[in-house]
Amino acid sequence: MADAAARIVFDHVTKRYPGRAAPAVDDLTLEIPAGEICILVGPSGGGKTTAMKMVNRLVDMTEGDIRIGDESVRDRDVTELRRGIGYVIQQTGLFPHMTVAENVATVPRLLGWEKQRTEARVDELLDLVDLPAVDYRARYAAQLSGGERQRVGLARALAADPPVMLMDEPFGALDPITRTRLQHELLRIHREVGKTVIFVTHDIDEAILMGDRIAILRPGGRLAQYDTPEAILAGPADDFVADFVGADRGLKRLSLTRLDELPLEPLDGARGPALAGSTTLRDALSTMLSEGSRTVLVLDGDGAPRGSVTLDALAERLVS
Amino acid sequence: MIADISVFGDALRFIQDNPGLLWDKVVEQLELSAAAIGVGLLVALPIGIGLGHLRRYSFVAISVANVGRALPTLAVIAVGIVFLPVGFTVVLIALVVLAVPPILTNAYVGVSEIDAETIEAARGMGMTERQILQRVELPLASPLLFAGIRTAVVFVVASATIAAIAGGGGLGDVIVNQASYGIEGVIGASILVCGLAFACDGVVAIVQRLVTPKPLRGRHAEDAMLVAEPGREGAAL
Amino acid sequence: MTGILAASGPVIPDFGEASTCVQDNRLFCPDWVRDNWAPVLQPALLQHVKLVVIAVAIGFVLAFAAALLARRSTWFERPFDLFSALVYTIPSLALFQLLVPVTGLTVTTVEVALVSYTLLILFRNILTGFRSVPADVLEAARGMGMGSFQVLRRVEIPLALPAIMAGVRVATVSTIALATVAAFVIPEGLGRPIFLALRQFFNTELIVTAILAVGLALVADGLLVLAQRALTPWTRIKAGS
Repeated sequence: MADAAARIVFDHVTKRYPGRAAPAVDDLTLEIPAGEICILVGPSGGGKTTAMKMVNRLVDMTEGDIRIGDESVRDRDVTELRRGIGYVIQQTGLFPHMTVAENVATVPRLLGWEKQRTEARVDELLDLVDLPAVDYRARYAAQLSGGERQRVGLARALAADPPVMLMDEPFGALDPITRTRLQHELLRIHREVGKTVIFVTHDIDEAILMGDRIAILRPGGRLAQYDTPEAILAGPADDFVADFVGADRGLKRLSLTRLDELPLEPLDGARGPALAGSTTLRDALSTMLSEGSRTVLVLDGDGAPRGSVTLDALAERLVS
Repeated sequence: MIADISVFGDALRFIQDNPGLLWDKVVEQLELSAAAIGVGLLVALPIGIGLGHLRRYSFVAISVANVGRALPTLAVIAVGIVFLPVGFTVVLIALVVLAVPPILTNAYVGVSEIDAETIEAARGMGMTERQILQRVELPLASPLLFAGIRTAVVFVVASATIAAIAGGGGLGDVIVNQASYGIEGVIGASILVCGLAFACDGVVAIVQRLVTPKPLRGRHAEDAMLVAEPGREGAAL
Repeated sequence: MTGILAASGPVIPDFGEASTCVQDNRLFCPDWVRDNWAPVLQPALLQHVKLVVIAVAIGFVLAFAAALLARRSTWFERPFDLFSALVYTIPSLALFQLLVPVTGLTVTTVEVALVSYTLLILFRNILTGFRSVPADVLEAARGMGMGSFQVLRRVEIPLALPAIMAGVRVATVSTIALATVAAFVIPEGLGRPIFLALRQFFNTELIVTAILAVGLALVADGLLVLAQRALTPWTRIKAGS
């Protein structure tokens, strides 16, 4: 587990609770390539949190195996295993009696890092999550907003540079604006640190936005579909998935592509609202509808129009 | 130096042989306790409930609790004897001093801790302050109020025992007077005074149960115990 | 209804060698205090402190161990609460006297009674403290790879401290008050000069010893408050400041 990221394999994993007929997780098999974000999504009771917690053995498997890298999670001493996995939960679980810096330093201290190395790492991480160390080091959890707390939770999970991160509905308790902001922050951070992440959510839109791959679990803990967001939206495996993804999956697909990924028509006197190249096709379509225009102009990085995209081109993209 | 336990047998015989004397003492103790509780309620309830309703001067409730805890009944009696003669009055004052803190503090906490939104809803419905007090605050505060009264009753009945040394009478007369009544008298009276304290606690508990609104019974008992603890530490003095 | 105090007048100590202040039985005689500090008052004070410290220390150790065991399960609660209510209802004087046939007129008798009282309040508070640790904090701690002992040491105990300190405060102050009654059983503690003074109606001694008893309690309470503030700095943070 010495690399920046590690592959995770679920091998016929089942979890049965005594006294309950149906298993919580049923024969789950999937492989998460190193460095990818895998979303576990599904309705309540789908076993997604249970499945995730079997990776750091907060829940023990009844059958099957989970491997990180090439090592089974059962082979390592459980506390050692957990110190090598970043764990972020919805209510953050920040230690109220410790400062932000002390919270972030928890796992390094458990691992016995020297003081200087720990302090440097804390500062580095606080900057990474956009909480300037000089302001935030000495604060207590009670003094932070929800969004700030979750950033600290994230920094704390990253502190010992684990190859694997588990995130259990981390943004669920935040207001929509903060949630969106943190989702984009996490994507940015992930681009920088590149860890393998298992992310649990019940929100399909969050899954589509965040995931490199999505695993949809149906109630009873069976895997319904495991693929990239694009593939799932284009071809849901069955009615359950189609239903869960939503009848507007066509529109959702549009949100996966940006304007500047399409071939652009020459400007040629085209008229219409101007949008940045990074705008999703879905937002572009929305603008077309609200402005009543079948064409939008695409701007480059400096704000100068580069070309245009028509409604027909959008539709083409959809059916391809 | 471990004396033999047959003394307890002697003690029970003492109780059997001296019903008249012991009954008189019990009555004396109850009279004294009742008077002290009565005065204590008169003094502490209005202040505690009033301040609680206003939700101000919480430091008063807290200080009263702190200082009250720090006053050994013996010390209060000692100071009292300096200024007053031996007898009913000085003991009454000492017991009132003991009874006030739990009643006042619990009344304050019981009323002030009621969800502010509940009170606001009542106000919004058009209840006067008096009606809010009567129909909303007092019923909701009754678990804690009674916990405080119960604590005070136990304290007073039990402390009246010590009061004997200052002329308070009661079973304490026997307990501190080993010369006259012998070890079996002391043990016998001790057993009786325990029974008396339990009985009084039981009576208040029954009253509490009858007066508490049904939905609040049982659920708050645990919380009442917890908050009452600060006032309820160490029985008599 | 006179108990053990005679209705007669005060008996003047020192058989005529006392100062005018003492002979007049004024409220406060500094010379008497000066003369009797070392032989009477200070020893009584120190004995009192010793009684209290032993009781609170033993009570704390027992209560802490019991709370550690009880914090995960709930079956312990109900019987313990009933037992607790039982012991608290017993008047301390009666408890002392009931123990005398068993353990004699010794310090042991006093300590058994005092420890019983402190044990109950401390157990209740320590347990409440452990129970008040938020579930998500415990989950995060386990998930991060803290072993049971580390969770206890780094998370549970610090977060339980406010409740524990509150319990120690209450236990200490009430034990100081209770220990005055100990003088009925053994000639130790501040209760003893109070008893003697009561027999003699000796004003100065009455007032001074009463002040010492109350003062000791208030000082102990104050010191413990300071200790609590020092040990739990995060409890004074106002949210969102």
